[in-house]
Amino acid sequence: MEKSDYKNVFVFAEQRDGVIQSVALELLGKAHELAGVLNEKVVAVLPGHNITRHAQMLIEYGADEVICIDEPELKDYLTEQYAQTICQVVDKFKPSILMIGATTIGRDLGPRLAARLTTGLTADCTRLEISEEGELMMTRPAFGGNLMATIMCTEHRPQMSTVRPGVMQKMQRDPERKGNVINFKPEFDKSKFLVRLVENVKVDKGKVDITDAKVLVSGGRGVGCKEGFEKLQALADVFPNAEVSSSRAMVDAGIIDHDRQVGQTGKTVRPDLYFALGISGAIQHLAGMEESDFIIAVNKDKFAPIFSVADLGIVCDLNKVVPLLTTRLAAEIEKK
Amino acid sequence: MNIVVCIKQVPNTNEIKINPETGTLIRDGVPSIMNPDDKGGLEMALRLKDQYGANVTVITMGPPQADITDRAILLTDRKFAGADTLATSYALAGALKSLDYDFIIAGRQAIDGDTAQVAPEMAEHLGLPQVSYVIDLKYNNGLCTVKKETEEGYQILEVPAPCVLTVLATANQPRYMRVKGIMEAFDKDVEIWTADQIDVDPARLGLKGSPTRVKKSFTKPQKSPGQVYEVDAEEAVGIIISKLKEKFII
Repeated sequence: MEKSDYKNVFVFAEQRDGVIQSVALELLGKAHELAGVLNEKVVAVLPGHNITRHAQMLIEYGADEVICIDEPELKDYLTEQYAQTICQVVDKFKPSILMIGATTIGRDLGPRLAARLTTGLTADCTRLEISEEGELMMTRPAFGGNLMATIMCTEHRPQMSTVRPGVMQKMQRDPERKGNVINFKPEFDKSKFLVRLVENVKVDKGKVDITDAKVLVSGGRGVGCKEGFEKLQALADVFPNAEVSSSRAMVDAGIIDHDRQVGQTGKTVRPDLYFALGISGAIQHLAGMEESDFIIAVNKDKFAPIFSVADLGIVCDLNKVVPLLTTRLAAEIEKK
Repeated sequence: MNIVVCIKQVPNTNEIKINPETGTLIRDGVPSIMNPDDKGGLEMALRLKDQYGANVTVITMGPPQADITDRAILLTDRKFAGADTLATSYALAGALKSLDYDFIIAGRQAIDGDTAQVAPEMAEHLGLPQVSYVIDLKYNNGLCTVKKETEEGYQILEVPAPCVLTVLATANQPRYMRVKGIMEAFDKDVEIWTADQIDVDPARLGLKGSPTRVKKSFTKPQKSPGQVYEVDAEEAVGIIISKLKEKFII
């Protein structure tokens, strides 16, 4: 491998059912920044079927080039089909960096690719920077968020990383942005296509994406029960774009669905406003929310670790604060 | 039917604390546990054993803690030290080459690294198909029908044996490990395999075979905490509302 042959920052543009995933746009934002430092191009790799029409959107979010691989075999994600495709793209276009969203798809594809390409892969990066030598520095939490590690892959290419949804920020969409679209035709070895998708089932249990909310009203052990969360929902209802979320304890107790869990084993969120109500603030929880713009913590225990990341801390019983706050806030917003 | 289960012993990350003076991890006295997702994987294998009379082997790069399996293998060698996920998966794949298996089952991810990379990388080294995030498995005549968890719901996939499956902790409620069983596990001969006994290129093992290097590790810089008020509810609500106005949130 000749390192100098490898150039440009590639992003795996994940789509599901023909819908570009938000994490791909977030990665393009980061890729744009990294490519700026390296003075290289941002290239989005878009495998799927009948997806070429999305190429322009990827350009508007920061891609300079889009490699479209439009094949019926790629309609739904399957490990081997996608691994063969991306591998051939890497062999032909030789990226220096390849970024993948840490979704169930990305976390299945990434390691398969890294092993096939004999290169390094760093999972769930929270920070990506370019070193003075032009190498990618990938920082990620380890030991449940207790420790951060900066990892490098200097002797192998591409330098691969996965990033969880909600961690990086999209660029402002620019409808005037121009870029190239390249169509790439892979050569499949279909004898390796051993896994068959029988059924793709969407379970609509009123699933919400808490990473999209501007305000999160998050409850922990201190909220205690379903009725407690109804009060939190009432507070969330006061805001135009707010959701209820929770710490892991409430999910494990079966009170709240896992898709509303914030933290290391849940979602990473960065809303404008995060209410941490009755959440003590285990490090795994803090890892998922400390990037929020403004954090208000209410907890009876004045030594709760949540206060170390809160912008405003209230030592008080949340059961008294929440209903009163809901009424007053509703009145304030009504006034406007 | 032969099943190999890959397990990992991990520090209980819930109990790790940071020394506030030195900013380093306090690992002393932190108990080691069997990785939660691996328990789900082992339980899946044991249920297959109950149902189809499978032969279950566990393999680990740390001390095994499982009972009621048929065979336990500990891969251990200084040559494995410093391995990242690629070199780890390569060593495991090297060992697995000399075992008979219909399924290789592993936990989705370990709670110390949380990478979820080793099993898919191992599948690639072995040239086997993989399904990750498995929550249920049915087996019929060489063909597995697996249920895979996704963000939106689930998928049903068909995959022929042999294959690699990664399993979630929530897949199966692990059976209660009997004290007697655990004692038996201590008595059971754990086979120790070293790098020389497995089919590998030594240059691809350990730190030498690892494309990634940890450049530095550090504890997260604490952001400076905001003001904390110990007040009654009335006053608290007043403070919150004025802050929200000041920040133009309302």
